[in-house]
Amino acid sequence: MSEGTLEGTLPERLADDLHAAFGPLVAELGDDVFTAALRWSGNRTAAEDIAQETFLRAYSAIGRYDAARVRELHLRAWLLTIALNVFRNEVRGASRRPATQPLAAEELVVADGGRGADDLASTIVLALPEQQRVPVVLRHVLGLSYAEIAEILDRPEGTVKAQAARGIRRLRDSLTDEQPQPAEVRR
Amino acid sequence: MNDIETALGDLREKAPPRLTDRVMRAVEAADDYVEIPGPRGPLYIAFNETGISCVDAAGEGPEAFEEYFVGRFGRVLRAASAPPRGLAHALETGDGRKLRYDLRGLTEFEVAVLRKALEIPKGEVRSYGWIAREIGRPKAVRAVGSALGHNPVPVVIPCHRVVRSDGMIGNYALGAPMKRELLDTEGVDVEGIEQLAASGVRYVGSDTTHVFCVPTCHDARRVTERHRVTFRNERDAAAHGYRPCKHCRPAEERSA
Repeated sequence: MSEGTLEGTLPERLADDLHAAFGPLVAELGDDVFTAALRWSGNRTAAEDIAQETFLRAYSAIGRYDAARVRELHLRAWLLTIALNVFRNEVRGASRRPATQPLAAEELVVADGGRGADDLASTIVLALPEQQRVPVVLRHVLGLSYAEIAEILDRPEGTVKAQAARGIRRLRDSLTDEQPQPAEVRR
Repeated sequence: MNDIETALGDLREKAPPRLTDRVMRAVEAADDYVEIPGPRGPLYIAFNETGISCVDAAGEGPEAFEEYFVGRFGRVLRAASAPPRGLAHALETGDGRKLRYDLRGLTEFEVAVLRKALEIPKGEVRSYGWIAREIGRPKAVRAVGSALGHNPVPVVIPCHRVVRSDGMIGNYALGAPMKRELLDTEGVDVEGIEQLAASGVRYVGSDTTHVFCVPTCHDARRVTERHRVTFRNERDAAAHGYRPCKHCRPAEERSA
């Protein structure tokens, strides 16, 4: 997914014909958005909803932007910024959406994949506070650069780096302790 | 798990194949929307072939409206050039009964509550209990409150004209001050009705017609001071030989 491949030409195509290029955008970056949402929330159904809402918000936003702005978009980081907003709304229960219940801590557990992956995935959700979980997933699951993560989180690069490092340390401790500590999942 | 960082890299997942389909279907099902001046700041109004689907009176701009809409309905919005027919007139008269609405996704009960709220004329208010009784669910007063709280088309369907059964103005999804402002703009004497309520008065009657009304009823407001009588409850009114007004229907008509 480096520059020069499909993502490289997508902003241009979206600026020219949003509707025609939008399917390819979802196909190209859907996995990244879904993975982020799944690893942040630990819930497959929630992740699918977050991914869908992310793309719908993106569609509306691109429709509103002028062509020059669309061509400048760094799509992956931009989509993940939207996804993070949607995820946070979902967890906290946005005030303007009284019908939506925030996710309860006990829903935030995944059970899929191999045993080891399973433990790791649920430990991320249960043991890491959101502040560490978000950068850990962006950096180590999705492989984004710290500069990109700093942009998504709107925090200095050094802060983001430190939070990710603390997250990794905490993960290591939790996995050697056997029992994941259900700490600070709720705020 | 020695190499946590490598193990984390294996946690990438493929999105379900239906994601693209779901997104594109939602994009096809886009609603149109317009920004028009409302009684208190701009209103964003979304509509589709079925009717008006959503109104945002929060006044936080088009971006906030689009996000709210996507989150609530799972469809996207596109800016339209013209509002749905009859909307401007309905806002002017405060009477939205002739407009078409898209209330899919609401329960039958919620729809009944909103349809009933549409019948409350501009400048008047009714209570949650009144709606509950009128739709044949006299005990569902609280449920009426939540149904109004979920009204997807506030202002146009005037849930702000529904007040507490004790006569106080009460809450509103967009905040109590907004509710008072909307009512004030429509000519309701907000402080006056709360003072009346605080003094225990629920109904107003005329000693010439022997009819009693809710205080904001058009007929009640025409009663001159000299002929005006007040009641604390409908039993009180009935005991004095008064019958409920046929327009504001303050109480069940008693079979004589």
